[in-house]
Amino acid sequence: MFNTLEKLINIPSPSGFEENIAEFIKMEISPFVDKVYIDILGNVIARKTGMGAKIMLTAHMDEIGLISTFADEQGFIRFSTLGCPDLKSFVSNKVSFLNGVNGILGYEKKCELKDFSFEKCFIDIGVCNKEEALALVPIGTAAVINSSIIMQNNKIISKGLDDKIGVFILIEVIKKIAGSPNDLSFVFTVQEELGLRGAKTASFEIEADYAINVDVTSTRDISTDNKMAVNLGKGVAIKIKDKGIICHKKMTTTLIETAKSGEIPYQLEVLEQGSTDIGTVHISKSGVICGGISIPARYIHSQNEMVDTDDVNNAIKLLIFLLEKGIIFLS
Amino acid sequence: MIKSVLHRLCSLSGVSGCEDEVGEYIVSELKGVAEVKIDNLGNIIAFKKGKQRSLRKVLFSAHMDEVGLIITKINDDGYLRFSTIGGIDTRVLISARVKVGKNKVNGIIGIKAVHLLSKEEKTTVPKLSSLYIDIGAKNKDDALKYINEGDIAEFDSDFVEFGDNYIKSKAIDDRFGCLALIELCKKELLYDTYFAFTVSEEIGLRGAFACAYEIKPEIVVVVEATTAVDLADIKGENKVCSLNCGAVIPFMDKQTIYDKKLFKFATELANEKQIKWQTKTKIAGGNDAGAFQRSLAGIRVLSVCVPCRYLHTPSCVINFYDCEHTEKLLFELIQKLGGESNV
Repeated sequence: MFNTLEKLINIPSPSGFEENIAEFIKMEISPFVDKVYIDILGNVIARKTGMGAKIMLTAHMDEIGLISTFADEQGFIRFSTLGCPDLKSFVSNKVSFLNGVNGILGYEKKCELKDFSFEKCFIDIGVCNKEEALALVPIGTAAVINSSIIMQNNKIISKGLDDKIGVFILIEVIKKIAGSPNDLSFVFTVQEELGLRGAKTASFEIEADYAINVDVTSTRDISTDNKMAVNLGKGVAIKIKDKGIICHKKMTTTLIETAKSGEIPYQLEVLEQGSTDIGTVHISKSGVICGGISIPARYIHSQNEMVDTDDVNNAIKLLIFLLEKGIIFLS
Repeated sequence: MIKSVLHRLCSLSGVSGCEDEVGEYIVSELKGVAEVKIDNLGNIIAFKKGKQRSLRKVLFSAHMDEVGLIITKINDDGYLRFSTIGGIDTRVLISARVKVGKNKVNGIIGIKAVHLLSKEEKTTVPKLSSLYIDIGAKNKDDALKYINEGDIAEFDSDFVEFGDNYIKSKAIDDRFGCLALIELCKKELLYDTYFAFTVSEEIGLRGAFACAYEIKPEIVVVVEATTAVDLADIKGENKVCSLNCGAVIPFMDKQTIYDKKLFKFATELANEKQIKWQTKTKIAGGNDAGAFQRSLAGIRVLSVCVPCRYLHTPSCVINFYDCEHTEKLLFELIQKLGGESNV
């Protein structure tokens, strides 16, 4: 069942460099939708047309990454980040540039956690000088951490689950849904990690009545901070609030009631730090009724993000159940 | 590049939100050259007919505003408290000369003499809230004769040519862009082109958002002055870009990943025409492209900049040759973007 997810993860898609994954998604879903195309910024937009109110479903294709900005005389590559990777977790690991060149994320001296500084990191591709380095890795070449997927004890462990797990869920919904009274637009967005950029323009393209976003959220089970209620494996999370949105009550209520009536395990999410695409969608044009469903994930933005397969399956079930029944809010 | 026009543009006041002087001058320059209108926010939008219709709507954009100060309170003793408009490093404000209000009253941002500083004061940068502008007023009532709370203050800084074709002035960010656009607009163009002179870039790309919705362009080229840090003892990537190394074509900054096809097109065009260019070696800064790219259902953006030292200070420094390369590239672009099918 998770073959498609593995394929998604194996296509690097750092923010701003989503072209390859976009093509893959387009191919993967085109037999199941009425129309699919790629817009100006690179979002994949798929339509399943219907008579009812227009619902936009979003998940972002981009993952955190790195981008080369300079090579020094010794051939070490300096870089900037695409999004906010947990760089400490990247040190001494392999990174892969999109043109196929591999390197090691090095650190100027032995790395003490307390005075870790991004300025002291570089990428070593094993060359001797600047010319060789720039010939292999021109300035502006993007990279991702090089890490393989692990499946174990109902858990998926991998880089890029933020938000390829959301992309995977939407693809599964597209493939499995029997039909919907609503007019559905599935949007796989670009550059979420750089400030919700793709979702902003997609909102204007779609002009939806309602929107639901699928992304990952933090969990409390690995921290001593007991302020957050979400745990891994305890059900799909229905978003109440994060830094970018207070979800519309109608949508939250509908999601909760749908979960209850379908006997789908769920938890409620109040995320203090972080926001998702839905933050920009709900304040686009004259406002959109929005909600979010989240997959609890540990170690977000590291090379080993971890999610629970039950939560993933529950999210797919919830979305299909909701969309097949249809959403209609009377004003 | 006509230095006298740059001189004129830089000496006008145009702190964000108060760009009228700059706007009026630009309108007068474009009279009879292009169709000009001013939108609700104060953006100036010009349309220039080309020899042919354009394949797509292309917009060249530069911002009129500069960073500055705003008077928040007049103390009883006649000193003025102020806040910044746009990003200004407090360190460059100390001892700066400013012009305050409509009457451009002379003012000085003073601090205590070194003899009177405590040990701690000697080693730290004063807080913005502790600085004041001295306009030589006896007391509050006297100050009120010349200025008012809410008045704007701008840097008082001469336009100076020095060294081997270096230029120093306030507000080169982005009067250089305004100049480049005026000069392009006056040339005979192959294709219909839009020009925008935007307001309030320095306080959050505000004018550009409105422009995007008004013009609905397919491609925007943002012309700017961008931070060069090629200073004493700065090495490698930390220079970001350098004077005397030509036009700057960024692939990415804090606001934007530029359209990859346009970046490739511009850099290849520069190579073909033997125009000196460089890119930025750090992801820093941002400009109106960020607003344009994320407006409507998305707009393709490119930026072409002149490298500029000491940005957002009274003494911005650029090199004439970089300006020439930048303008040459802009001209090549404007003659192609409207007609090339493979852009």
